[in-house]
Amino acid sequence: MMTMSKEDKHLLAIDDEQVILDAVKRVAGSEGWQVSTAADAHQGLDLALKNEYDLCLCDIKLPDMDGFEFLEHLNRTNSPLPVIMTTGYATVENAVKSLDLGAIDYLPKPFTADELLSALYRGFRYVQIQQQHQSKPDPNSLIVPCPSQYKKLGYASWCFMDLDGSVKIGLSFLFLKIIGVIKKINLLPMESEINQGFSCAEVEAKNGLVHPVVSPLSGQIIQRNENLIENPEILEKDPYFEGWLYVIVPHNLNYEINHLTFCCQ
Amino acid sequence: MFNKISFKLILTIVVVAILVFTGYAIITLQTQTNLVMSQVKNFVNTQSETIKNSTKVSMLNNNRELTHEIIRTVGQQPCIRQVRILNKEGEVMYAADTTEIGKVLDKKAEACYSCHASDQPLEKLTISERVRVYRKHPDSTRIMGIINPIYNEPSCWQADCHVHSKNQKVLGVLDLTVCLKHVDQEIASVRQKMVVMAGLAIILLAAILWLLIQKFVDRPVKKLLTATRQVASGNLNYNIPDLGNDELGILARSFNNMTRKLAEARQQLFQSDKMASLGRLAAGVAHEINNPLTGILTYASFLLKRTKNQPEIHNDLQVIVRETMRSREIVKGLLDFARQSIPKKIKTDIHQVINRALTVVENQLTLNHIEVEKKFAPRLPEVQIDPNQMQQVFINLISNAQHAIGSKVGKIKIKTTLVRLSPYGKVQIKQALCPKGHDLMDERQRIDGLPSIKIKVQLDGQEGMVYLDPIYGRNHFRSEISVKNDDIKDIVCPKCNISLIDKEQTCPKCEAPVYVLEIPGKGQLQGCFTDDCQWQYWDFIEKQGPRDYIEIKVSDTGCGIPPEIIDKIFDPFFTTKGQQGTGLGLAVIWGILENHEGTISVESKLGKGTTFTIHLPVQTT
Repeated sequence: MMTMSKEDKHLLAIDDEQVILDAVKRVAGSEGWQVSTAADAHQGLDLALKNEYDLCLCDIKLPDMDGFEFLEHLNRTNSPLPVIMTTGYATVENAVKSLDLGAIDYLPKPFTADELLSALYRGFRYVQIQQQHQSKPDPNSLIVPCPSQYKKLGYASWCFMDLDGSVKIGLSFLFLKIIGVIKKINLLPMESEINQGFSCAEVEAKNGLVHPVVSPLSGQIIQRNENLIENPEILEKDPYFEGWLYVIVPHNLNYEINHLTFCCQ
Repeated sequence: MFNKISFKLILTIVVVAILVFTGYAIITLQTQTNLVMSQVKNFVNTQSETIKNSTKVSMLNNNRELTHEIIRTVGQQPCIRQVRILNKEGEVMYAADTTEIGKVLDKKAEACYSCHASDQPLEKLTISERVRVYRKHPDSTRIMGIINPIYNEPSCWQADCHVHSKNQKVLGVLDLTVCLKHVDQEIASVRQKMVVMAGLAIILLAAILWLLIQKFVDRPVKKLLTATRQVASGNLNYNIPDLGNDELGILARSFNNMTRKLAEARQQLFQSDKMASLGRLAAGVAHEINNPLTGILTYASFLLKRTKNQPEIHNDLQVIVRETMRSREIVKGLLDFARQSIPKKIKTDIHQVINRALTVVENQLTLNHIEVEKKFAPRLPEVQIDPNQMQQVFINLISNAQHAIGSKVGKIKIKTTLVRLSPYGKVQIKQALCPKGHDLMDERQRIDGLPSIKIKVQLDGQEGMVYLDPIYGRNHFRSEISVKNDDIKDIVCPKCNISLIDKEQTCPKCEAPVYVLEIPGKGQLQGCFTDDCQWQYWDFIEKQGPRDYIEIKVSDTGCGIPPEIIDKIFDPFFTTKGQQGTGLGLAVIWGILENHEGTISVESKLGKGTTFTIHLPVQTT
């Protein structure tokens, strides 16, 4: 059902709860992942530096050294290991801090088997695309650049602050490329509240995986792009203009803007 | 009873009324008595004149029998005590009481005294001088006597009898004494009436006053008193009914207004306190429950995926997954709530935050007569803080100060300054590890409210734990043993006994062995520990150089904190307020400042007061 390379994929899972490590082993193992586990960040760091892994799933709250410090250590050693952060204490700050420190994704606990698999899939595709891009840039592959005034949180979503104070939100080209061909998009109803760092929409890919969209800002939805529900392919054609998701009234722009980076970076 | 306002007021007014009435009565009685007496005198004088004149004819005729008769008849009148005619030598010639005839009176006696006081007797006297009032016995009725001189007239010395010669001036005197029984009775009855009237007036006055005071003072005061008792016992919803438009009515209205504002402020305080503690609870619960939920959800959903062709199991599993998802949403709700307690930092003027906190507690401060002195530095840079949370910090500190002052007269001082601090004595060591990775932080042994760093010092034949100050360079350490420079054998990790000493180095100050602690992500901390020297060096922090801080001191003149509990005040659930406190106030403050990379410290002198010092880093961007 999934289109992944047949090579062995190595996952490093770090969590102080054995049941979670077991669950990850079981679920990821079923999709062909080889899973190594560590019960704390020190052990995890040792493993990460000694062996080569494709992906790392790391809990934030760990004894002695927490997930953030683990990320910092990893950054200092210039390790290329992409990390998905997970935590039972899923707050905006944790999500934002994770992405700030270079984690590629954020998976709040408790997660279902499908949610875990889709996060792992995105992580793996992210690495693949990065590698392709770095090793042999394909002159034929089309890259849609992000407009310079757009801002982003993580890599998945962008936002554009209009002069009237409203903010337009959409999906990045990289995210769309990672998840593959889109079958369907589920938008939240009008006037819903969305929170920075949390899911604000669901994208169902052709391969059956459902991917949450991380919202770059908090606010209230005042407009939805109804065209997307009928024709999700607009997203892939023009992700930065026609393919917008929502227009929102931001709640705490002054504060939340500190967590955003320029989209084109 | 004797302390009531109404009693005091009435007593005062009654005393004044008694004095006024008495004075008035005395003066009135005096005047009236004088008036009556002078009338009586005139009357008695007229009577004596009448008697004199009626005896005149019989005298001129020298008809002694007739004179006797007249005098006797006059003397029979009920009120006349005595009528006597005396000759110049003082011999009683005629008298109503015949036994007195022939008596010779001493000229110095009472009746004669007014004229015969000097050797040469007086010949003319006014009425008042001729009248005498006296009592025979102290308890007998009063008597008025009047002397009427009988002057020599031509008819006297021309009469046939030739008793009197021409050159005599006064021939004798008529002495009339009258009893004053009736007059005295009259005066006494007037006096009695006046006393009774005055008494009645005073009683009436007191009664009317009592009724008025009851209506206008007593009852409203009683209502105010009930209200204050209700408020003191915690019922801030109590309202005093309308008491009219006088001062007490205004007082009642402003009291109602005050309790309403108090109730609002209390609600706000209570709410934020509750929010903070619930936030922590929610976060803890969410984290603990989410882990086992993850186990259930992943396994159940994984099983669900693989049992699509086994409808019976599939349906049951669907229930498990659905219900686990529901639990997930419930926990998420808890976290949404907890999220409110996470700082939303924006550039803020700290003075604005302090002023807003002061408005919240203003009512309580004025109520307790607590003066607030603000000493704000003129130009402070803005700081990155969550204004709501920092406001909470100041509200908690100010109301703590207010509780410390209690009902005494007190003062709260808030002072802000910009300080440049070296990291030495400022930065908190939050984590320290031994080379094997054991956590050296000790949560139980706290120093100024912070977890200490526990190391074991081994001497020759002796060893003991040392709790190092977690504030870099401050050295408020606690040690179980005394350590001399030259008898340190080793300093080790209390968990694995691995040596912490760096053999290649000695203390630059005292040359004692130097311990090295791993600070995760922040290099190493070096230091020495003896009784006389506690040198420390933290390369990572020292390289960052001094930083600017906004320093805020909140001082009170309250009761102070006993030294034996000062270490515990920042602990959650530690309280000195019994059931009234949650023990979370300072713990919440602590957490907020930690989230802001700030610090709070406390200094206190028992009976003198307490000062909390906050340092907030100024971002250099």
